[in-house]
Amino acid sequence: MDGATRDGYGAALLELAENPRLVVLDSGVSDSTRTKKFGSQHPDRFFNMGISEADMVCTAAGLATTGKVPFATSFACFLLGRTMDQVLVSLAYSNTNVKLVGTHSGIAVGEDGPTAQMIVDMAYTRAMPNLIVIQPADYEEAKQATKALLEYNGPAYLRLGRPKIKGIYNEDYQFQIGKGNVVNKGSDVVIFATGSMVSESLAALEELKEKGMNPTIVNISTIKPIDEQLIIEQSKAHGAVITAEDHNRIGGLGDAVLEVLANNQIFVPSKKIAVNDTFAQTGSSKQLYERYGLSSGHIAKAVAEVKNLKG
Amino acid sequence: MESTRLVQSEVEELELKAKHLRRKSLKIIHQAGSGHPGGSLSAADIVTALFFGVMNYDSSSPKKADRDRFVLSKGHCTGLYYSVLAEAGFFAESGLNDYRKIDSEYFLSGHPHPKTPGVEIATGSLGQGLSVAHGIALAAKLDNLDYRVYALLGDGEIQEGQVWEATMSAVKFNTNNLVAIIDNNKVAQDNITKDLKDLEPLEDKWRTFGWDVHRIDGHNMAEVLEVLRLPLHSQKPRMIIADTIKGKGVSFMEGQTSWHGVAPSDEDYQKALKELE
Repeated sequence: MDGATRDGYGAALLELAENPRLVVLDSGVSDSTRTKKFGSQHPDRFFNMGISEADMVCTAAGLATTGKVPFATSFACFLLGRTMDQVLVSLAYSNTNVKLVGTHSGIAVGEDGPTAQMIVDMAYTRAMPNLIVIQPADYEEAKQATKALLEYNGPAYLRLGRPKIKGIYNEDYQFQIGKGNVVNKGSDVVIFATGSMVSESLAALEELKEKGMNPTIVNISTIKPIDEQLIIEQSKAHGAVITAEDHNRIGGLGDAVLEVLANNQIFVPSKKIAVNDTFAQTGSSKQLYERYGLSSGHIAKAVAEVKNLKG
Repeated sequence: MESTRLVQSEVEELELKAKHLRRKSLKIIHQAGSGHPGGSLSAADIVTALFFGVMNYDSSSPKKADRDRFVLSKGHCTGLYYSVLAEAGFFAESGLNDYRKIDSEYFLSGHPHPKTPGVEIATGSLGQGLSVAHGIALAAKLDNLDYRVYALLGDGEIQEGQVWEATMSAVKFNTNNLVAIIDNNKVAQDNITKDLKDLEPLEDKWRTFGWDVHRIDGHNMAEVLEVLRLPLHSQKPRMIIADTIKGKGVSFMEGQTSWHGVAPSDEDYQKALKELE
């Protein structure tokens, strides 16, 4: 189904509402984060904390100590940007069963500019012990990831986006925490992509097929704990690697994948598709992906480059 | 209020216990060679009253759903907190010997962590505990349980902005089962609190925000007990501003920034014990 990952999250909350342990918190942006419907249908289990993310995160931690499963939701930039210490102490270190849900991640947010474009959140959520990090690729996967997180016991960060994405998965798909998923089986080069960059990679595939190339595309929706086995297998099988993420090049998926390769003595040509350690500017998602090197065209180019490096 | 009238012997008993716990706090801080004596001594009467005269809990079943909760938001005062938890039976007294030591049996780290029986949440970064306590209090209402949640804050701590976020939230949700106590010892780590930022008049601030506010002498056991045993307000969260003295009970520690985070030497420890006999 087509739709934004935030829409999948909102829909999943409604379906999961019969579980009395589920509680939802927001910090004054519930229309945009898609928690509003849950709030109007289940006002007793919805806490709109106002514009105070630090308080929201710790309130969620308190609720979790009693067996509730709180989903604390806001825009990724504020949810994580304002609460690193709260997440570290009250969630990660305390190991409370809180799910942080950050919508509007990455430069895909577009026109609101860099203060609204969260590009460092994977870096610091990945760096926190106990915290797992998940970024679904489309509506269906977002829905399933939300359901999986309600069952999973422990703190987690669910990274979601604003723009509508063309559906990749249908209801037959089975999301599993910690498992990557091959969305295109090809040869020569493997692309490990996350979030919106999975559909961007699929768009690149059209272009590449015309040129006689057919890279394998793997959706890495769990950034941590990352699917080491799949990354090792696929990297060895293809001998050339691309990583693709709407996040700064430091600390995100690219680093997570390269770490797996380095730890396993897999030395293959690789390229990172990511924001190049810079702040973007205002503009449409499409314009920004073009300007900052995240578009399908950039991915296609990188595939050809690593294929050549392979020799 | 006949039912809440205090029996003198109970007050005296708790005063003795508080003294005992002051000695114990200093003992384990001295043993560990590090820790925070000043704030442990200032909070001793309040925490003693809570655990031995007010709160409903079963230390042999520390996760019982309807237990009253305590959140040490001023997380550095573990010398006192662990002494109290051991005294209350949450773990063996002998565990205190590993305070701040690697592989401590009950995870008696410098700051609290829920691996220690009786501890609800990790604290140690100031400003978070009131929000956490509020979250627990909200859960009590969802679950139709009538437990109370107590949060102990430092007066320096309330300079953290998050405290005021939580202050506003608890009013929004009418969280009347949340009881916050400020250990107003007027001394922080490197300065006296008012020279960092003077937040007095404290009652006016919380009252304006919509809390049920009380101000007491935090070393007068009868007063402490009385306020902690008041029936809950019908809708307002409660703030108790307890005026205390940092380092209370040990003359050379009283009111001193220098005793915020330093363990006593052998000699100072012996001198302190004499004063706490």
